[in-house]
Amino acid sequence: MDHDLLRLATAGSVDDGKSTLVGRLLHDTKSVLADQLAAVERASRDRGLDSADLALLTDGLRAEREQGITIDVAYRYFSTTRRSFVLADTPGHVEYTRNMVTGASTADLALILVDARHGIVEQTRRHLAVTGLLGVRHVALAVNKMDLVGWDELTFAGIRDEFQRLATGFGVQEVTAIPLSALTGDNVVDRSAHTPWYAGPTLLEHLETVPVGTDVTTEPVRLPVQVVIRPRTATHPDYRGYAGRLASGVLRVGDPVVVLPSGHRTSVVGIEVPVPGGLPADVEAAFAPQSVTVRLADDLDIARGDLIAGASRLPHVRTDLEATVAVLSPEPLRSGQRVVVRVGTAAVRGVVTDIVDELDLAGLEHRPAGTTLPLNAIGRIRVRLAASVPVDDYRAARHTGGFLLIDEADGATLAAGMVSLDSTTEGDSGWLAS
Amino acid sequence: MSTVIAPPEPITTRPDHAPEGERTAYRLDLLDRLESEAIHILREVAGQFERPALLFSGGKDSVVMLELAVRAFYPAPPPFTLLHVDTGHNFPEVLAFRDETVQRVGARLVVASVQDYLDDGRLRERPDGTRNPLQTVPLLDAIAAGRFDAVLGGGRRDEEKARAKERIFSIRDAFGAWDPRRQRPELWDLYNGRHAPGEHVRVFPLSNWTELDVWRYIERERIALPELYYAHEREVFERDGMLVAVGPWSQPRRGEAVEVRRVRYRTVGDMSCTAAVPSDAGDAAAVIREVAGSRLTERGATRADDRLSEAAMEDRKKEGYF
Repeated sequence: MDHDLLRLATAGSVDDGKSTLVGRLLHDTKSVLADQLAAVERASRDRGLDSADLALLTDGLRAEREQGITIDVAYRYFSTTRRSFVLADTPGHVEYTRNMVTGASTADLALILVDARHGIVEQTRRHLAVTGLLGVRHVALAVNKMDLVGWDELTFAGIRDEFQRLATGFGVQEVTAIPLSALTGDNVVDRSAHTPWYAGPTLLEHLETVPVGTDVTTEPVRLPVQVVIRPRTATHPDYRGYAGRLASGVLRVGDPVVVLPSGHRTSVVGIEVPVPGGLPADVEAAFAPQSVTVRLADDLDIARGDLIAGASRLPHVRTDLEATVAVLSPEPLRSGQRVVVRVGTAAVRGVVTDIVDELDLAGLEHRPAGTTLPLNAIGRIRVRLAASVPVDDYRAARHTGGFLLIDEADGATLAAGMVSLDSTTEGDSGWLAS
Repeated sequence: MSTVIAPPEPITTRPDHAPEGERTAYRLDLLDRLESEAIHILREVAGQFERPALLFSGGKDSVVMLELAVRAFYPAPPPFTLLHVDTGHNFPEVLAFRDETVQRVGARLVVASVQDYLDDGRLRERPDGTRNPLQTVPLLDAIAAGRFDAVLGGGRRDEEKARAKERIFSIRDAFGAWDPRRQRPELWDLYNGRHAPGEHVRVFPLSNWTELDVWRYIERERIALPELYYAHEREVFERDGMLVAVGPWSQPRRGEAVEVRRVRYRTVGDMSCTAAVPSDAGDAAAVIREVAGSRLTERGATRADDRLSEAAMEDRKKEGYF
């Protein structure tokens, strides 16, 4: 089946029509079934509306409907004959940077909405900052409500150019701007008759054709060990397999590998992956993001939390981390705070030694921070660890450079972190990709 | 022999070699990517928890979840206790399938029985006769009695609105309750399973699968299901636009005519609230064609329990339902 999966995250400001756009995508790809549509029509009538409000399709919880808010990331599923889509629908309120960070962390593409009447606003800058920071590869700019500016080409071009300039500053590689109206459906799924001056794709055409994934052949090999499989049965008395999901790269039988943080060197003698139609079987090579079980040439003391790395390009092994973090918990992150750092499958105790600075998302500059970082703040910190862990620079390897800070006491997720290994050599704008 | 080397210095000059023309070969299609993600989640549960359980009813989603668990830990057996909440109104052929499967996989099965709770008065029948909402108390008691710290469920986000907001690792308090505001943000593929004593975590490896994905996987992997998922003749009557099987717990009322129809089930739950759909689909490929052309969601089509109110699932989840 030549049918793949694109993960995307939406971002927009309040009232820019994001829910309507998502509802429109679901509706026009025939992903809304009759009983769901009937429920929306019923709810729209109850509220005295003349026609079905597609935004209601994406309203989830009763608590939200009663308060007219969206409180969290919701996941939507739709598909076309070419591709299936997982859409992380994130609310646009100022205080919900945390949800955008969460949605963007797994996204191949960020869909950012701008109201054509208002152009780029402070929220747009925040969304771009988060997108760049999280390393989302593709950005689609939906210039919405074009019907309300008379489908004016110059208005669109002005927003597109300003957005592109900002995006470049944030290290966003690829931007596609599309003039559309979520309300009328123009250029969402079906091409608009109002934009003869626009030669680019409709939103759905773009989502269907944007490249998915990374070029695994250029990536370092990283396999965080999740569990050790030892059946100890009559048929498999001495079997010992290391199970995990390849975070990056291509692993081949015969490859020399290093187990970290111990530094033991060995080689791969077998790789098993599930094959269609049955149980796992041996293969010559496996690649990210496949779940695999590997067998190694030597009997080593390897446990969950260890990292098997391709010997040709090793990660750094560190007890001190410098990182950009996004604070996700209601309680501020404090200098001196004791935490558990979760990176790959390793969980190591640590302490936040410094809060270096805070990124002012409105003015887009670093400002000195106090001793705390509040909810939804993004800033740079240093962490000292109780044991060494292998890490990569986040911009080079998303899955071995991203980490969580966890509250040691109640287990809550406090912050998401992105390791920067070269900020000292890049000067003060380390978080800004150049 | 392995040798210990000093903490290695990064070498960044030489990229891993990539034979010509292999680039395009390294792509996962949709089902491979969903399978890999589910296996990763199942292994995280094995790695992070002491006493994990897997909810297994014999329904298609739980069957797929168990098959993924078999693949995740092969050649060792899945390290999960299987747990089933039996409403006492289950389809007998599904229970038989459940028991055969448990035996084949070599797992341990714990059954929590709603009937026991009704017999000794801990629960009372509802006026409408449906027992699905009654499963919550026996489920929570079984989790406490088994001291299970993680409970794997086959829930999918595409099923229902409240489930669309569900995490893959969903923390429950000591009363099993789900508080949407307490759910942890989930970033990358780092699942945080830490919890206080008495709390547990519900885990949903099929979160990102749709009904169609589940059927396509069943077809590709040739996974056996209870026969009632495929078209068969059955005595049914129509109620609220749904086809309800005639059985000990679902009798036609006056004016509801019984007829033999060719039907199949899209979901399998309590007989008193699960209905059939007219169907000629005799195998997975035919079901896929049917589901792809359906204009109704699987729950909307056949689940009376979700029709109770607009927020029926949200309310049940808050109380600790699956």
